[in-house]
Amino acid sequence: MSDVNKGMFGAAGTGDTSGYGGLVRVSSSPGSSERPYGSYFDEVADELERAFPDFNGAIEKVIVDRGELTLHVKRERLFDVAKTLRDKDSLRFEVCLGVSGVHYPEDKGRELHAVYPLLSMTHNRRIRLEVSAPDSDPHIPSLVEVWAGNNWHERETFDMFGIIFDGHPALTRILMPDDWPGHPQRKDYPLGGIPVEYIGATTPAPDERRSYR
Amino acid sequence: MSTFASSRETTEGRIYSVTGGDWDDVSRDIGTAKEERVVVNMGPQHPSTHGVLRLMLELEGETITELRCGIGYLHTGIEKNTEYRTWTQGVTFVTRMDYLSPIFNETAYCLAVEKLLGITNDLPERATVIRIMMMELNRISSHMVALGTGALELGAMAPMFFAFRERERVLDIFEMASGLRMNMAYVRPGGVAQDLPEDAITKIRELVRDLRKNFKDNETLLVGNSIWIKRTKDVGYLDLAGCITLGVTGPVLRATGMPWDLRKTQPYCGYENYNFDVITADTCDVYGRFLIRMQELEQSLRIIEQCCDKLETLNGAPVMVADKKIAWPAQLSLGGDGLGNSLEHIRQIMGTSMESLIHHFKIVTEGFRVPAGQVYTPVESPRGELGAHIVSDGGTRPYRMHFRTPSFSNLQATSAMCEGSLIADVVAAVASIDPVMGDVDR
Amino acid sequence: MYGDAADWNGTSVGIEEKLPSGFLLTTVEKLAAYMRRNSLWPATFGLACCAIEMMAIGSAQKYDISRFGMEVFRASPRQADLMIVAGRVSQKMAPVVRQIYDQMSEPKWVLSMGACASSGGMFNNYAIVQGVDHIIPVDIYLPGCPPRPEMLMDAILKLHEQIKDEKLGVNRKKVIAEVEKAALAATPTHQIPAFGASE
Repeated sequence: MSDVNKGMFGAAGTGDTSGYGGLVRVSSSPGSSERPYGSYFDEVADELERAFPDFNGAIEKVIVDRGELTLHVKRERLFDVAKTLRDKDSLRFEVCLGVSGVHYPEDKGRELHAVYPLLSMTHNRRIRLEVSAPDSDPHIPSLVEVWAGNNWHERETFDMFGIIFDGHPALTRILMPDDWPGHPQRKDYPLGGIPVEYIGATTPAPDERRSYR
Repeated sequence: MSTFASSRETTEGRIYSVTGGDWDDVSRDIGTAKEERVVVNMGPQHPSTHGVLRLMLELEGETITELRCGIGYLHTGIEKNTEYRTWTQGVTFVTRMDYLSPIFNETAYCLAVEKLLGITNDLPERATVIRIMMMELNRISSHMVALGTGALELGAMAPMFFAFRERERVLDIFEMASGLRMNMAYVRPGGVAQDLPEDAITKIRELVRDLRKNFKDNETLLVGNSIWIKRTKDVGYLDLAGCITLGVTGPVLRATGMPWDLRKTQPYCGYENYNFDVITADTCDVYGRFLIRMQELEQSLRIIEQCCDKLETLNGAPVMVADKKIAWPAQLSLGGDGLGNSLEHIRQIMGTSMESLIHHFKIVTEGFRVPAGQVYTPVESPRGELGAHIVSDGGTRPYRMHFRTPSFSNLQATSAMCEGSLIADVVAAVASIDPVMGDVDR
Repeated sequence: MYGDAADWNGTSVGIEEKLPSGFLLTTVEKLAAYMRRNSLWPATFGLACCAIEMMAIGSAQKYDISRFGMEVFRASPRQADLMIVAGRVSQKMAPVVRQIYDQMSEPKWVLSMGACASSGGMFNNYAIVQGVDHIIPVDIYLPGCPPRPEMLMDAILKLHEQIKDEKLGVNRKKVIAEVEKAALAATPTHQIPAFGASE
């Protein structure tokens, strides 16, 4: 994922004539990693390949960054990969630490990501699964049958991002009121604050303020 | 019809909302109803729901056939709010999630930011030791609230007073170190906000000695107390398989016999250099969790003593990372008008060093830049595994921050623990999970 | 405070309808105020971090509020006089706050404790009601994040002062009308000329 940041002062359309508005900064996320991955990641990748013959068809890329392993999985194969990771003795990732949604609106076709951190208590290891779905078809298979604890986490990700988890027993809003429109943590949803009132002036809400970026 | 217990017809049958008033009215109404199933709604405003938790109980007599939790009554949108604040300002937001153990939230967040920055090994040792000491003090104060409110909900009032009395002593230490009793925003990316005052170690050692003595008050009251045991033994049963599949961690998991404590299994902040035991129980019930919390207090005291010893040898060492582009310019001092930048520091940035002035300006207004990537760092909070999943896009603000909070996952287990038991046991079970609603809803 | 006086289900209860007027009324007012303020029973409405400081003021030995007769935190709003909204009020919780407030019987007071209850605090976003006074009338605001127990005590004592001067009956209606007229004519805060600025 590559990100282009323009301008210095956050809110656009201000009367800023300092010239910092023309600043362009490009940053990119770490890309796919090459073997050897280091520490126990090679073992995990090998075991998964052994247990899952269609490794390359299911896993889109493997990223090793900052001492953590991320497996990008295709959403159609997510359930099988998850079940293998949980059941195979050499992998045994018994605990799933929830689902975290991330919204990348610039990543056309793969805007919504769901991240599953996994923990293996038997082998004392941690990895991460990442799945992506486009905005136009925000469906990801539910992993409640693999790890029951994902029930509420998937509801929260649905509530906040609009990702629909197919196969979830009761996918409803959990944090916002039941009839709330929109999905708050998406990037196209405003922060929703109100202007702050002081004696003699008001300051705009945090997402509309000029600030040094 | 009485105005206290209002009821309405739904597709599922008649639902009664009990919001205070006489149970006689409710049972009179129910007595005339044709169906056997009764759904009772406890909360969100209810004295024994540990905050704004809504419990929907389907009852058959006094036994619960189905239990559902309604959460979200404290959803604050902290995660989205931090996307509009610098990395250092994120600490003040994150600290208010689990408001009973703010230092743990801050540490999980700062460890994640430091991992993204790549400065985990550059942290000064004094900062790490102070972090551990603050965390363990916070563990004590959090367990005190858990014990106090748990006992209060089951009808015992004295433990609450004893627990809050000890908690006040610990909060005095927090106030001495950081200026605030709660929600301190003390741990910052790169170290801690400011160093401890000179007499801090003496005061902390005194506190440890007094706490050891005073913990016995609660111990003699509750441990072995037959009434307490009758209310907590074999209540809220959740075995190892249930815990693992539900992702439950913390004292609830350790009550099943599993010695899983991140401080020992995946140590962070140098926990591997400290001597302490992981407390387990093997009864999987509320009594076991209560015993674990009581004994973890003693282990925390041990760690704090070792921290004090270490801090005495590290007198005068820095508490912030050396890289001036990241270090919060926090040479703070207590002046006549409160806590502010020390005059030394102001003299330096205004008179001596242009570079320091630039660093100060850039860090306070823009914030430092964190290279792109994502990390997940867990810490062992008093409730279980608290993990910070932070995604950076290379800028001065987090791109996405998600906290895997222990109370959120642990609270899912209430249905498994309570279905089939009596209403009174729900209160005990929820108290033993020790959920903090700020943690659950963020 | 000066909301609808004792009008519950169409019948008035309490001393309101048995009031004399004039000199005798002031004596009754003083007596009623003395009774009401010296044992205000708070309703448990702890939401977030401020609730812990509220529990500290109730249970910790240093900040004992039993000396004001307030250690009985009534769970049932029917039996409570003072609602201390302690903590951030989220959108989902707002109807519940209103319902609890409506269930409290007159006389009732509201103390909004903490920055989040008074104005939304640091959470200026979609999820938090920007001040509980959007939903219920507040008598006294207490800033702080969270306010120390001593600050809460100070706010309670100031509320006692307010209650001391509360009027009843005819006088009360007069005060309500005056306050409303003043509020309608007041300049909004952001239009008040800033300190030191000339017109």
